[in-house]
Parts: sequence; structure tokens; C-alpha cells
Amino acid sequence: MKFAVIRFPGSNCDQDCVLTLNNLPGASADFVWHKDTSLAGFDAVVVPGGFSYGDYLRCGAIARFSPIMQTVKSFAASGGTVLGICNGFQILCESGLLPGALVRNKGLHFVCKHQSIRVESTNSRFTRAATKGQVLNIPIAHGEGCYFADDATLAALNANDQILVRYCDAAGQTTDAANPNGSRENIAGICNETRNVFGLMPHPERACDAALGSTDGLVIFDSLLKC
Amino acid sequence: MFEPSRNENLRAMKVLVTVLPKPSVLDPQGAAAAEAIRHLGLTGVGRVRIGKVIELELPDSTPDSEIHRIAKDLLSNPVIEDYSISK
Repeated sequence: MKFAVIRFPGSNCDQDCVLTLNNLPGASADFVWHKDTSLAGFDAVVVPGGFSYGDYLRCGAIARFSPIMQTVKSFAASGGTVLGICNGFQILCESGLLPGALVRNKGLHFVCKHQSIRVESTNSRFTRAATKGQVLNIPIAHGEGCYFADDATLAALNANDQILVRYCDAAGQTTDAANPNGSRENIAGICNETRNVFGLMPHPERACDAALGSTDGLVIFDSLLKC
Repeated sequence: MFEPSRNENLRAMKVLVTVLPKPSVLDPQGAAAAEAIRHLGLTGVGRVRIGKVIELELPDSTPDSEIHRIAKDLLSNPVIEDYSISK
């Protein structure tokens, strides 16, 4: 499976993603510059973390207009796999590929730590190698990670089983205290209705090597590679 | 492209777009500022909301519909923000 890792001015997790993917059996990855317009030869797209366009205006607001994003949109519309991590999640929301938006953390601080998240649904190509309720220990690093959607959107997300991961404590309880940023319903990541686009604030690519303290992120990539 | 400095025949106007978080969206910056105002000794302060103001220089002839399109599609995110326009 060949992954395109999109590189915007200000992306800073692009190299981590490429390195992680190239270390996985059955996967390979290449950078794709934001001014490119082709995804020919790629099986999946990763929109990585960072601060695309310096977070000007709003996180992800300018990246949405990049030439490559028009191609990513048609790629997604035709059922292609798109994974947005951190700033990538913000970009996917700004682009309208995912519902809702990410706003300033409730506590105002940039939060950078390992965080427990619970797999809420295994009914997706991103989580099918996990078990429902499985707790993953994955780093988060963001200032604008508070997921917001109105009540009607939240109801639809729940009804369609689109909430794939929620923030929780080490025991798997989705308490207020375990919510690092004030996200509604402890939401850490959601997929679209057709389940081929997934965005999450935690960084699974930073949790794929024991030397980095956790390998729990592997389950996301293993899910994608499991046919 | 509109370049007022190079085209003296084109009259320009300035438009201010104000973007504020929707009342239903958590605004921790506003809450922190409200708390700071209380520290100033002004206890009567209610809700404080923090947004942004964008000044646009546009040709006089720009229709309102175009300004709204800029405000709605780029300057604000309708999921979390409301905007208003003043000329």
C-alpha cells in the first residue's frame, strides 16, 4: 500500500509519517508537495500534523485552498482512504471532508503529553485491527484540539457510529478529567459517513516504535494494511 | 487583480469584517479576559467574547454578495463563528 504524505509549508510531522510508514511491512510512503495536483499511483493519503501556513486565520483554513486539496477531495469522494492527523484533522474539517471544527483548548494551554484514547468502533478501515473498547496510549500535541459540533451533528455522528476514538483515562473511562482539551463528548477522532476519511488529534505515527515509549499507534496503520 | 496604488481611476473602499465565536462555542480566551476584567475591580462584566476584525480594501463596485462570500467561505468558519460586515 502506497501512502501519499501531503507536505504544506509549515507541516512538521510529515517526516515522522513517512519514516513510520516506510518501516511497516507492506507499506511505503512518499511526500507530495501541496502545489502538486496528482495522486496517481497512491492508495491512501495522510494529511500530517504541523502548522500549515502558520495557522494563519484559523488552523487549516488556508491549506484547504492548496491545489493538492482539490485532488484529495476528489480522491475521498471516489472512496479513497484519507487519514488526517492533528493539523491534518483540522484541515479535513475546514475542507468540509469531516463535520465539525477544532477550536482553542478549553484550558488555553498547548497540551503535549501521552494520552489514553479508547477505540469506540472497529467498523472502519482505520480501526478494524483493534478491539472495541481497547485503550491506546498515544501522544497528543496541540493548542486547538477542542472538537466542536452542534447538537444535531453530534447526534448524527453517534447514530452513524462515526466517532472512532474518545479521550479516556488509563482504565478506559471517558471522564471530564480525562478530556485534555474540552472536546465535546471527549471526541478524539471521527470518520465521515462513508467511513473512508478519518481525522484525529492524537499522533499514532509517534507511537509506532518502542524507543518512543509506545507502539499503540501501530493498530491504526495495521488496520489500513489489513485487507 | 485589484491594485489600487497602480490604478488611480479605480475607487477603493474599506470594509471591516468582524468575526466572533458563536454563543454556543466555548470561548476560553473570552472567559479568561472576563476574569481579568474582574481583577481590575469591575465586577459588573458579563460575557466577553474574543474574535477578530479583518480590514479589506476592495473596489467600490464590489457587490455585497461577493463580500459575504469572502466572509463566509474564508474569513469565518460558519460551524463555529458568526460574522458581520461594516463599510
